[in-house]
Amino acid sequence: MSLLEIKNATLKFGGVVAVNDLSFSVEEGEVYAIVGPNGAGKSTAFNLISRFYEPFAGSFIFDGTNLLDCEADQVADLGIARTFQNIELFEHATVLQNLLVGRHRHRKTTLLEEMFFTPRVRREEERHREAVEEVIDFLDLQPYRNKMIAGLPYGVRKVVELGRALASKPRLLLLDEPASGLSVEETQDMRWWIDDIRKQMGITVLMVEHDMGLVSGVSDRVLALADGAKLAEGTPAEVQANPAVIEAYLGAGAV
Amino acid sequence: MRIHFKTSYAHDIRLFPDRWTLSIYGTLLLLAFALPYLLDEFFLGEVTNVLIWAIAGLGLMLLTGQTGQASLGHAAFLAIGCYANTILIEQGVPFIIAFPLAGVLTGVIGVIIAIPVLRLHGIYLAIATIALSVLADDIIVLTEPWSGGVSGKFPEMITIFGFEIERWSMPSRFYYLVLVVTIICTLFYRNLLRSPLGRAFAAVRDSEVSATAMGVHIARTKGKAFGLSCMITGWAGALMGYYAGTFNNETFSLVISITLLMMIVIGGLGSIHGAFFGAVVVAFLPQALSILKDNVVGSGVAIPGLETGVFGMILILFILFEPMGIYGRWLKIRTWFELFPFARKDMFRRQKSYLKTERLR
Repeated sequence: MSLLEIKNATLKFGGVVAVNDLSFSVEEGEVYAIVGPNGAGKSTAFNLISRFYEPFAGSFIFDGTNLLDCEADQVADLGIARTFQNIELFEHATVLQNLLVGRHRHRKTTLLEEMFFTPRVRREEERHREAVEEVIDFLDLQPYRNKMIAGLPYGVRKVVELGRALASKPRLLLLDEPASGLSVEETQDMRWWIDDIRKQMGITVLMVEHDMGLVSGVSDRVLALADGAKLAEGTPAEVQANPAVIEAYLGAGAV
Repeated sequence: MRIHFKTSYAHDIRLFPDRWTLSIYGTLLLLAFALPYLLDEFFLGEVTNVLIWAIAGLGLMLLTGQTGQASLGHAAFLAIGCYANTILIEQGVPFIIAFPLAGVLTGVIGVIIAIPVLRLHGIYLAIATIALSVLADDIIVLTEPWSGGVSGKFPEMITIFGFEIERWSMPSRFYYLVLVVTIICTLFYRNLLRSPLGRAFAAVRDSEVSATAMGVHIARTKGKAFGLSCMITGWAGALMGYYAGTFNNETFSLVISITLLMMIVIGGLGSIHGAFFGAVVVAFLPQALSILKDNVVGSGVAIPGLETGVFGMILILFILFEPMGIYGRWLKIRTWFELFPFARKDMFRRQKSYLKTERLR
């Protein structure tokens, strides 16, 4: 059974059909990329999975659980973590605090315990910190641990956001344009990280990305979207060679 | 500059990062406990006033500074705390139970009010909470049989297991009571900040979208923040009642709400220090002004609106030149000395934030 299975998803904003009868499934342990021109509905598909948007129709099954039964905040508890296209970090907090928020779904302590900071809260905090430190080591964020987000360069923020998602130890990681705005070197780093996330951590990755170099480098399967509907699906090479995809990107007659 | 060489994760969880900080706050605490022997009764009363305002400030800070929800309705919660405490004691509940209960009760009422109100954002939230302040006045008048209405109430003398505390005849005992409550509230606040809930507050403040994506339930977190904030404010209200000696429907007016909000802005939003610095300004400013006025123009002359005018001016100056408040300024000065001579002028300049995701809801 697939880890994430989406069937006939449709979302309309007024008269605009953002996602049109879209079906795809992501297998456990693979890197699945969604590509498509601007406005194709890639990020909207992500927001549907995160339950930020209520779909018009369709079914969303994650590992046997119907996502439509969950509120947006319960999606994280299932083990789905995500990043955002335009970096949504907690600006007035340190990198460490940001990563620790990623651990939110693993908290076990109650309000009263936290007010008195009982030994259990302390133990839990140390456990969270250990998990966060693993992520920091993995992403080489050591120099930024106690820096405020507000003062960090764009590239680092991007990594911190990836780190925050990883800190929650997800089963499925949604990356919304992980390489947008990154330099060539940073994109190269991102590529290795995504590879390692899949191979070392065993996390399934679903990503939206425009950088075809990155997409063909890391992903097992690619889904091409245009105007909210599926255009092509297959290995990166297959999709890149697909005439419909070339037409959507470059216009008819380009071949 | 002090370098912290950290050897364990517990290091970052500690209340004080090093011995030096511990000794500074230890000394401050000792000084606070020795204060009744150092000051005369008038000034001890003023310091008590500062501490009560600081508790109220901590309450609002938790909501506004930490969770990012402005409230202009906190005078109503001061009133609820104050009346709840007094009425409970009149019903024969001992102070040691009535006082904590009054805070908890205020917190519960806060949560109930928060459920509809916290659906609003920014300026709309501020306006909705103003309504609370205005309503509180009327409700106190309407519930006259319990609240005493316009003629007001006098809190009874505090007795804790036969030990009597009264604001006027025993100012040092009352001071110690307020000091202990202040310390407890500060510890609660600090503990929350270093635990998951405190981080969830900051998450809600900075980005509701990604907080949700990380599994933070926005409404519930805001509700908790409102409840805790009201609880602390309720305690401050109860103490204010004792401090004033008498209170009625006009004691906890909208002006108090506004003063409270201004106080934490002047002190520095989002820090415990800010609440205390702001309280010092709010509590001492009227005294300082009247002393100044007496010396400059003579004690016979009254200048109406002097206090509010100066207060407003200070607020404007802070928002223009030091949005981070007194605590922010203090951090800057400290950093300048710590890094001397390497401090740069723009070290604290906020970098312009990158484009935010369009708000999803």
